[in-house]
Amino acid sequence: MPEPMPVDSVGVVTPQTYPFETPIELACGHALERYDLVVETYGELNADRSNAVLICHALSGNHHAAGYHSVDDRKPGWWDTCIGPGKPVDTDRFFVVSLNNLGGCHGSTGPSSTNPSTNKPYGPDFPVVTVSDWVKSQALLADRLGIECWAAVVGGSLGGMQALQWSLDYPDRLKHAVAIASSPRLTAQNIAFNEVARQAITSDREFHDGRYHDFDTLPRRGLMLARMVGHITYLSDASMGEKFGRELRDQAYKFGYDAEFQVESYLRYQGERFSEVFDANTYLLMTRALDYFDPAYESDGDLSKALAKARCEFLVLSFSTDWRFTPARSEEMVNAMIAARRKVSYAEIDAPWGHDAFLIPTPRYTSIFTAYMDRVAREVGA
Amino acid sequence: MRADLEIIQQWVKPGHHVLDLGCGDGTLLDFLKQERNATGFGLEINPDHITTCMNRGVSVIEQNLDTQGLDNFENNSFDIVLMTQALQAVRRPDKVLDEMLRLGDEGIVTFPNFAHWRLRWGLALSGRMPESEALPYKWYNTPNIRLCTFKDFEALCRQKGIQIKSRRVVDGQHQNSWLARFWPNLLGEIAVYRITREKK
Repeated sequence: MPEPMPVDSVGVVTPQTYPFETPIELACGHALERYDLVVETYGELNADRSNAVLICHALSGNHHAAGYHSVDDRKPGWWDTCIGPGKPVDTDRFFVVSLNNLGGCHGSTGPSSTNPSTNKPYGPDFPVVTVSDWVKSQALLADRLGIECWAAVVGGSLGGMQALQWSLDYPDRLKHAVAIASSPRLTAQNIAFNEVARQAITSDREFHDGRYHDFDTLPRRGLMLARMVGHITYLSDASMGEKFGRELRDQAYKFGYDAEFQVESYLRYQGERFSEVFDANTYLLMTRALDYFDPAYESDGDLSKALAKARCEFLVLSFSTDWRFTPARSEEMVNAMIAARRKVSYAEIDAPWGHDAFLIPTPRYTSIFTAYMDRVAREVGA
Repeated sequence: MRADLEIIQQWVKPGHHVLDLGCGDGTLLDFLKQERNATGFGLEINPDHITTCMNRGVSVIEQNLDTQGLDNFENNSFDIVLMTQALQAVRRPDKVLDEMLRLGDEGIVTFPNFAHWRLRWGLALSGRMPESEALPYKWYNTPNIRLCTFKDFEALCRQKGIQIKSRRVVDGQHQNSWLARFWPNLLGEIAVYRITREKK
């Protein structure tokens, strides 16, 4: 944690665990008898409970979106650039709720949690959850927190999909949905990348059909490869070129296959670090949730038809060099909203960092996000 | 109140769904929302204007008419399509007019008159490209690449089978000008046209 604490930081935060003892029915047909959701909140809920903002995380994210867990913490939460006093999601005005989704591996019930019927980790027996299931569990969390209607549901990437799903599943329980660097459904290319990641994991000898806990091991190598491939898709060619170019770790070629280029050693390092802190079964589950997401599916593939039930206003943002979820995917979403006559604003932000740009504060991104959220705050009296 | 807003407002019915091409900072859409309970969208490319629209609660889409067109909008999806002070800044005003009347039953177009006497006078006397309140740019940096006169516009409408339902003329500050009514192409600075497709 930096000394002194920056004035625009929410400071030291403590996650809280909310147990849910009523079974939740999932889209796959299974139910979870009980589950925990681990949650962080920033700011204060106002008297009329109108200033709550839900933050939805992406594939590898979690509840720790802003601030530090202790004074020794080196890095802040994953979206600290956008959440805090005076930041776009202004914690002086909003009550911000951020949770680890069901199926996650950071405290909420997921594949690495103990299955009450076997007293062993769920592993591959944990049901595949969908974006709709997450939204359902988030609505139950809102009930628990006494929030009838969110001022906004906000997310980037897979988080933006949850915001969109909220507008369809609980149209009267949010005023605004903010979907950043997101997509209304994955393309074949997106699914293909996810499949490579899953194959990397499941073909690791230590995977043991997902029961690696029983063998006291972890499919580190598979998870590392999955992360490496994912990581490439989060960056742009230009930003990788800028960061690494063809730089070598040593002066000359060694005519071997060790990590000689800086980019190789970077990817290996990122992959290895990730494989120590993330659960392989959760990675499979999150990528599957991404693949399945298709809110237009039940409306004959017509998203505008599905959007007829939405009531909230939308902000959609995309980034010029994002090739994982290109601006065209965001525009697909926007055009469906236009056709459905929903209120929507859209901007494509020029940024060189590819998909990761949604985590990086550029002047235009920050000013748009701030301007929109300022208006949301005024509207709800925050 | 700006006379042009007042004029446009009269032509927008309560609850109308409108599209504003080149909506600027959203003043007009905001005004129509307040006064006419109108819904709809503005298209804009200026980043600062887009931010202002978002902050005031005007639905704005970042979209460039020249490079992206309007293909993403369905036929007859709006009651009225507006274009204020932007027709002269697009590459193909003729095609934009067609698109306006594809998307909406009616169009409202405003643009500066290049035949206003002060511009004519300036060009005739000084031999330099004219500048005015409505056209405050230099020839080399002006976004107004398709300037025309009221007469030019009306000739284009006739040629395209576009019916002009009304025309009102205001001055450079968008105020009503009684003089301009007598000799609009010489004395009018800005015209507000209400157009529709000629019935076959």
